[in-house]
Amino acid sequence: MSTSPALPLAFDETRRRGGILTGLLSSDLPRSRALSLILLAIFVLLAATPFLFSGSQPVGTAAKICVFIVLVASYDLLLGYSGIVSFAHTMFFGIGGYGIAIALERVSPTWGSVAIGLASALALSAVLAIAIGLLSLRVRAIFFSMITLAVASAAAVLASQLSDITGGEDGLSFQLPPALRPAFRLFSEPVFGTMINGRLLAYYLVFVVSLIVFLLLLRIVNSPFGRVLQAIRENEFRAEALGYRVVAYRTVASVISALAATIAGALMALWLRYNGPDTTLSFAIMIDILLMVVIGGMGTMYGAVIGAAVFVLAQSYLQVLMGAGSAALAGIPLLPNLIHPDRWLLWLGALFIISVYAFPGGIVGRLRQGKP
Amino acid sequence: MSDMAAQPSAPAELPRTKTDWLPLLLVPALALLALPFVGNPSTWVTLTVAGLAMGMMIFLMASGLTLVFGLMDIINFGHGVFISLGAYATLLVLSPLAGWALSDSIGLNLALLGLCILVAMTVTALAGAVFERVIVRPVYGSHLKQILVTMGGLIVTEQLIHAIWGASPIPIPLPQSLRGAFVLGDIVMERYRVIAVVIGLVVFLGMQLILNRTRIGLLIRAGVENPEMVEALGYRIRRLFVSVFIAGSALAGLGGVMWAFYRQTLTAGMGMEVMVLVFIVIIIGGLGSVGGCFVGSILVALVANYVGFIEPKLALISNILVMALVLIWRPQGLFPVARR
Repeated sequence: MSTSPALPLAFDETRRRGGILTGLLSSDLPRSRALSLILLAIFVLLAATPFLFSGSQPVGTAAKICVFIVLVASYDLLLGYSGIVSFAHTMFFGIGGYGIAIALERVSPTWGSVAIGLASALALSAVLAIAIGLLSLRVRAIFFSMITLAVASAAAVLASQLSDITGGEDGLSFQLPPALRPAFRLFSEPVFGTMINGRLLAYYLVFVVSLIVFLLLLRIVNSPFGRVLQAIRENEFRAEALGYRVVAYRTVASVISALAATIAGALMALWLRYNGPDTTLSFAIMIDILLMVVIGGMGTMYGAVIGAAVFVLAQSYLQVLMGAGSAALAGIPLLPNLIHPDRWLLWLGALFIISVYAFPGGIVGRLRQGKP
Repeated sequence: MSDMAAQPSAPAELPRTKTDWLPLLLVPALALLALPFVGNPSTWVTLTVAGLAMGMMIFLMASGLTLVFGLMDIINFGHGVFISLGAYATLLVLSPLAGWALSDSIGLNLALLGLCILVAMTVTALAGAVFERVIVRPVYGSHLKQILVTMGGLIVTEQLIHAIWGASPIPIPLPQSLRGAFVLGDIVMERYRVIAVVIGLVVFLGMQLILNRTRIGLLIRAGVENPEMVEALGYRIRRLFVSVFIAGSALAGLGGVMWAFYRQTLTAGMGMEVMVLVFIVIIIGGLGSVGGCFVGSILVALVANYVGFIEPKLALISNILVMALVLIWRPQGLFPVARR
């Protein structure tokens, strides 16, 4: 087997000359100057957003990017590293969100309920992921895609119908623990001209947890377990012949990925102080995740960072640009419709198809090719 | 050898594939089982006819997908967009011929429906040809890329539908004389559903005839079993596949028309919504099996209808339950296709 370009150097080889950073990144360095710079820029911007920009929109966008980095990275564990396509990722995202929302709304707005909600959501996700995996991965990997699609749509319908528990289409709004409420002040004086309030603490909670989960995922894909997953992706029969139990490995991968998505969902709910079908469960989010993984770069955890950042920014700001373009072309038939702000998905979809054909490594693969 | 020579007139002893009756018996068994739970026989007939109609519509949409998969091992997640496209294509007929829909003449109404179907199938067949050429052909052989690329095709085509026909849902009324219901004593059967059952049956029988009684059908079945051998015998399997893909898209378009008149509204996402059912059906039936797809469609639709009547909350997950049960019983689906 030829080594795929997405495969980093062997762990032992780099560990010897690594420092703390190498350790944190599990020896899976960006391996491209441009990529390192972009990742560093994203990291610094995300870390400092509340101090750099005023107003709530930039912080909201940054929090969304953090959550989606975790969500997309966990999806990449399945798609890029294990080579199986799941459509139930939003279901686990939603379970995390609903776990937090139901616990905080129905029980009490305390840290205890956050823990209970998260724990029960994680347990439910694990059980579902195991059930789906054993039911479908046993037969053929392609069954997995179709069955996850069916299960996810059933979950979405269920969430909107069981309105006594989930709040139905309206979703649930809830109170956060006191330390995360906007009225909370950590210090009485502003720091660097910014008041350290509960909202800011909530942002850093999202940021830090996302960072930890991302580094954990990076660790997992660079562990011996991750290597086996990649071996299965490259050649299922050979891996099986070598004695690895393909179904078990794939099921475990889908469980890990589901758990990480659940955490992402919980963070999303904590940040928004709301959870509903449209914010975490809808099929549109599933398509967004697919686009982010593929455009960022499958099989490279850093692709998740770039994909999520590019996509969320495009979602927020590309539409403005397209609106201007559409207005400029008014009068010509059909053309203004094609670059109408609501049609931005058309262009990202086209980019997606081109990515799958021409750049299977996505943006990250492209950058790594340019500078080895 | 001497045995063979002794019986020259024994073509009847050619090994025949045994028909697998068990899954076929499942449908009447299910219907009878539901009778005591439903209680009222006339309600039961109404539910059964409605379920059959639903099943036929799902079958129309699913049959092409399962054939394409069986023949060429291509899984097309963008199949749903042909359903939407077929549905929107009815607008090409309905807007110029709005008068036909309002007239009371059943002949004119049926002609309108027929014309809609014809136009929709033409449009989706053309779209299928383009889709196959542009989206699917470069990724033969890799399931992962197929799923991704066909999803991409789905996104783009859905957005194109939005760009051409607008993003808001469009109401399409049923032609005048197809509304309402036939009433026989206590039994109420909606007219449109009866028509759907008839069309579904005609298509199913037509497909069975073509697959089992014609040369091209023979080639298709042989291709499902062993494409390399068919190619080695000098047939252009690629051309065969393209025509099956186009036919499958046209069938999805036909299903889309029926589905659109059933829902009476058009949205670009309608195809993707029903695709969930379609996937469940082809998994239940066994990937690549047309007969399994037919039985699976009826099974799923009947269960959904009965459960929806008996215990509405359960209906939402009844499809998943049916699928799980079938897969536990037969992990490859009701009629496993040998090679898969």
